[in-house]
Amino acid sequence: MSDNGILRIIARFLIPLILLVGLYIQFHGEYSPGGGFQAGVVFAVGWILYVLIWGLERGLKVISLKAMYVLSAAGVLLYAGTGLLGVLLGGKYLEFYPLLESPHAAQQAGIIVVEFGVGLTVATVAMLIFTLFARRRSEWIAALEQDDPEQRP
Amino acid sequence: MNLLALMPFIVLIPLIASGVVALLPGRTLPWVATLLAALASAVIAALVLPEAIGQGPMSYPFGNWPPPIGIEYRVDAANAFVALLVAGMAAITLLWAPKSVAAEIEGRHGTFYALFLLALAGLLGITLTGDAFNVFVFLEISSLATYALIAYGQDRRALLAAFRYLIMGTVGATFLLIGIAFLYMVTGTLNMADLAERLPELRDNNAVRAALAFIIVGMGLKLALLPLHLWLPNAYAYAPNFVTAFLAGTATKVALYVMLRFVFTVFAPDYSFVVLPLSTVLMVLAVAGMFAGSWVAMFQIHLKRMLAYSSVAQVGYMVLGVSLATLTGLTAAFLHLFNHALIKTALFMAIGCVMYRTGSAKLDDLRGLGREMPWTLTAFALAGLSIIGVPTTAGFISKWYLVLASVEVGAWWLVALIVITSLMAVYYIWRVIEAAWFSPRPQGAVAVQEAPLALLLPTWLVVGLNFYFGLDTRLTVGASTAAAEALLGAGVALP
Repeated sequence: MSDNGILRIIARFLIPLILLVGLYIQFHGEYSPGGGFQAGVVFAVGWILYVLIWGLERGLKVISLKAMYVLSAAGVLLYAGTGLLGVLLGGKYLEFYPLLESPHAAQQAGIIVVEFGVGLTVATVAMLIFTLFARRRSEWIAALEQDDPEQRP
Repeated sequence: MNLLALMPFIVLIPLIASGVVALLPGRTLPWVATLLAALASAVIAALVLPEAIGQGPMSYPFGNWPPPIGIEYRVDAANAFVALLVAGMAAITLLWAPKSVAAEIEGRHGTFYALFLLALAGLLGITLTGDAFNVFVFLEISSLATYALIAYGQDRRALLAAFRYLIMGTVGATFLLIGIAFLYMVTGTLNMADLAERLPELRDNNAVRAALAFIIVGMGLKLALLPLHLWLPNAYAYAPNFVTAFLAGTATKVALYVMLRFVFTVFAPDYSFVVLPLSTVLMVLAVAGMFAGSWVAMFQIHLKRMLAYSSVAQVGYMVLGVSLATLTGLTAAFLHLFNHALIKTALFMAIGCVMYRTGSAKLDDLRGLGREMPWTLTAFALAGLSIIGVPTTAGFISKWYLVLASVEVGAWWLVALIVITSLMAVYYIWRVIEAAWFSPRPQGAVAVQEAPLALLLPTWLVVGLNFYFGLDTRLTVGASTAAAEALLGAGVALP
């Protein structure tokens, strides 16, 4: 769809804004509505819009399939690791007080790191799901074009 | 580090390990990491169980937020017992897994085992948590992972089976969520112990009644109680053998535990069994399940489907024990929950060995196989004795307690029903033995070898456990009694 000028210009204008809103929701999640899940989805939407306009191939150059797998697991591990840090520093699992001196700052830092893990996983998993479906569809269309009756689903 | 600090790691180890395993390359490495995680979980669960029985409930506040506000893991004899079963069965089935999984699943196995660990962490989380909403969250974690695991099956029908389970499982989870939401609406709390304190004042509230009904139906679905069992046969039949063996021993058991936890702890039994005709409803459904499940199993030609229908019948036995609402009845339910996990896992492992060699689980393809795979089919026959309930097997112990519980309330007719359904089990197990040992091998059949040791040894380990727990009942009966006491409290006066 990249040959349509209106789509291209509007997408160019919107994508940075969408990514920015995603980051905004991410980093204000600890004291205002929002958080990792919403931020991750919004951020992924920015990338999905890019793919819709310029195609999956270019989208995968921005972030490869392998990177999505690794980052989605890394987000979970970031979350779990922060929780574990609380235990290692002598508290309960997911207790943030031992992380920093000031209790207020410690809670804030802990929740930001944890929510960043959530955001990372949600964003990459949303991209991953989209990629897998998009690929399937392109394989399906290729099969139809070949007009091979056995491959026709 | 004391035991209380270790306790949440029963759930956390598989949960964290799933993130690592997902990234591991190849086939052996993910399996080794998964096995280590499941073993660590099982060892901690084994340490926690005696502590929970001896010292009473252990409570762990997550993030050090005190219980009614924060999420609490609350472990007493009942959930420690179920957690030990789940983690233990996971470790044992994993020993059996590598050959079978390698034969059935292509490519690298990191994602597969990561899903397995998520399902395991979900099941363990449901078991240990003391927070009603947390139950729902973990239920979704384990269910979503389970749907994907079932869809890994080689047969294309696995996709349909997984989809059907997805629809019905989601309905079940939604019902549970509606029930929990009603409870939250009227009490303003999600902590189970807190709920139990506040609910007695609201005995006449219709929302509370509706909540109980929703939760029972929702868990009935996950439990595969008779009219809600439709997802189970196909899901078990077409899932990869390893997944079937694991799920048969754990998933329905955990759903039963959740139902018991809500019926007995959150709503007191003198509420649940009075406000709804729960005793009658559960008894009718349980008996119907015992008969219908066994009856359909008698005519199945696909052995995994046969065992799946037999599971529906066995769930009936467990629910029958619950419906009596006595200490002995509940003990019998917990005993059968544990023993049936051992029995069904052994049977599915044996069928898995057959499928590994012949690629088929059809009764006709089994003819004459007894001479070619003697160890596998002997294991099947011995585990079959256990499901029938022959003395010296684990199956006998649980049926014996079920009979005791029935006699205790004077329901002699239930004893007759238990005996009749056991005879039906004799028939469907005998059909397999007859085909394997007393029929000639069809002409032109390819020669098959005995299953490899890597599959045989774990199978025989579970068969051995069936006989061990048939003779030494200190662990099972002791823990089951403690679990039943933990749920019933001091006891209950039924009208």
